[in-house]
Amino acid sequence: MSYSAELDIRVTDSSLRDGSHAIRHQFTVENVRSIVAALDEAGVPVIEVTHGDGLGGSSFNYGFSAVPDQDLISTAVATAKQAKIAFLMLPGVGITDDIRQAADNGASICRIATHCTEADISIQHFKVARSIGLETVGFLMMAHSQPPEVLARQARIMADAGAQCVYVVDSAGSLIMDGVSDRIAALVAELGDDAQVGFHGHENLGLGVANSLLAARAGAKQIDGSTRRFGAGAGNTPVEAFAAVTERLGIKTGIDTLKIIDAAEETVAPVLTNPPALDRLSLTMGYAGVYSSFLKHAEIQARKYGVSGAEILIEAGRRNLVGGQEDQLIEIAVGLAQRK
Amino acid sequence: MTKATAAIVGSGNIGTDLMYKLLRSDVIEPRWMIGIDPESPGLKRAADHGLTATAEGVDWLLANERPDLVFEATSAYVHRENAPKYRELGIQAVDLTPAALGPAVVPAVNLGAHVDEPNVSLITCGGQATIPMVYAVSRVVPVEYAEIVASVASPSAGPGTRANIDEFTKTTARGVETIGGAQRGKAIIILNPAEPPMLMQDTIFCAIPADADRDAIAASIKEIAVEVAAYVPGYRLRTEPQFDDPTPMSGGRARVAVFVEVEGAGDFLPPYSGNLDIMTAAATRVGEGFAQRILAERA
Repeated sequence: MSYSAELDIRVTDSSLRDGSHAIRHQFTVENVRSIVAALDEAGVPVIEVTHGDGLGGSSFNYGFSAVPDQDLISTAVATAKQAKIAFLMLPGVGITDDIRQAADNGASICRIATHCTEADISIQHFKVARSIGLETVGFLMMAHSQPPEVLARQARIMADAGAQCVYVVDSAGSLIMDGVSDRIAALVAELGDDAQVGFHGHENLGLGVANSLLAARAGAKQIDGSTRRFGAGAGNTPVEAFAAVTERLGIKTGIDTLKIIDAAEETVAPVLTNPPALDRLSLTMGYAGVYSSFLKHAEIQARKYGVSGAEILIEAGRRNLVGGQEDQLIEIAVGLAQRK
Repeated sequence: MTKATAAIVGSGNIGTDLMYKLLRSDVIEPRWMIGIDPESPGLKRAADHGLTATAEGVDWLLANERPDLVFEATSAYVHRENAPKYRELGIQAVDLTPAALGPAVVPAVNLGAHVDEPNVSLITCGGQATIPMVYAVSRVVPVEYAEIVASVASPSAGPGTRANIDEFTKTTARGVETIGGAQRGKAIIILNPAEPPMLMQDTIFCAIPADADRDAIAASIKEIAVEVAAYVPGYRLRTEPQFDDPTPMSGGRARVAVFVEVEGAGDFLPPYSGNLDIMTAAATRVGEGFAQRILAERA
């Protein structure tokens, strides 16, 4: 079974959302215009545009956006000719009013993310999103931290609330091969025809493309990536590589491989002043199961307090911090500095 | 010494924890526990401690008894039904639900201004834990923007909170502005399922002028933390307040970050649920403010 008559799987490019972490939420209107135009021309069917932590993420805790999210969404909508524009929101950070505003600005896909044991806090948001005609996607973050059957039960909560697709989100880039397949299969078995299943990968263990392929083989119909790996931690599954691999395997994504390779090189790379790297800190995150967005925050606190960024991340893992608890990294750094 | 009499409406976990705190009060006598389910363990516990416990609801209470105070630990919906009845009979109400009908009260900040009110609201747990810190900063320097991040253990977030998490963020943000004294407020809540459950932890960020007297701000924060701890014994600063110079990431603002945690007293609810303890502790403190006024008028 395929995503649609034309596509085997549908790819969402998250460069302009997950990539927001990589440039500390400093996207300009011009960045959004040029990247959306290039991805749209290459046939990417969905482009996600939001602060890295979703609508309402512009804050002391996560970093203030250079340009308000809603303006970037409007720019993306005005620029895209064929691609749908998606946005992310996290209940507890953003509110339903933000969803309505994004819809008013022309976005058509609402992606709602919770930690993978807390799906029930998203019910009110799914209901609002569906009631105003948005397509909906649920995001179960930090999916490595729970076994397949727990994820499947949480996916059921989102689907019943109105999610049309539920993603296994490997926020820590910590899932390895079968760990992806087992989780995707559990969600497919639970959701059946009620909702599709998706996969969002990170490169912290260097497995983004391979894990995404396994997800597709296990029945995922939607796959996330970011051109040039433009995302948190070591970045996301590179869309241009995923397009090349899927084309070679005869899996239809609708993306023109040569055009996305050009877009990655000529349009996206110049915006990436500090490209995500599979270096000590990001590898530590995949290894220790730490939320990828903590990377830049750990770097900043390590510098300010003269402590090891890796030690901050390992302590974050030991405390089982979840996405959104960036504030705790400051307190961890202060504690490490005092013990020195 | 005579005490003001009180009814607890709502015999669930919050009402039960509140009962244990009120039983220790010098000025309040919790005399009634009002539920709607005869099987409620909270009613049995209340009867064991000598309270009149009934499953016949608020209508029974108001037809037969006349407490000085009621503590509402039901739901926003139920409190909206009950509040006019209390008001008509002249019974002061302390509202632990998110109904937000009366003025919002944080004991360490503005209790004195509201002891005559027929109905006061305790905002949210995140508000009780963080608004005192915003106030501590805003009484020293103008705070153009304040943001609070409340992290709570998943098992301590009840179905009401989960079904309407927007209500938490909006109500808390409003309290950060109206009581905390920030021109603009924002609230974030994170549920963490770690085992064993984490203590409630809150971070308060306030924008401050670049040339602010940081020592004076830190001193004010420590002073208010002591005042909150006077009625919430498990309330404490986790570190010294942390100051940052402006950066693009901070929106060009200098800021102070305050880190607190709240360990519950463990009266009935487990100690990790400091978010619930701070509500029952604040309710007790507000009720005592009411009771002192009532007793003074009687004397």
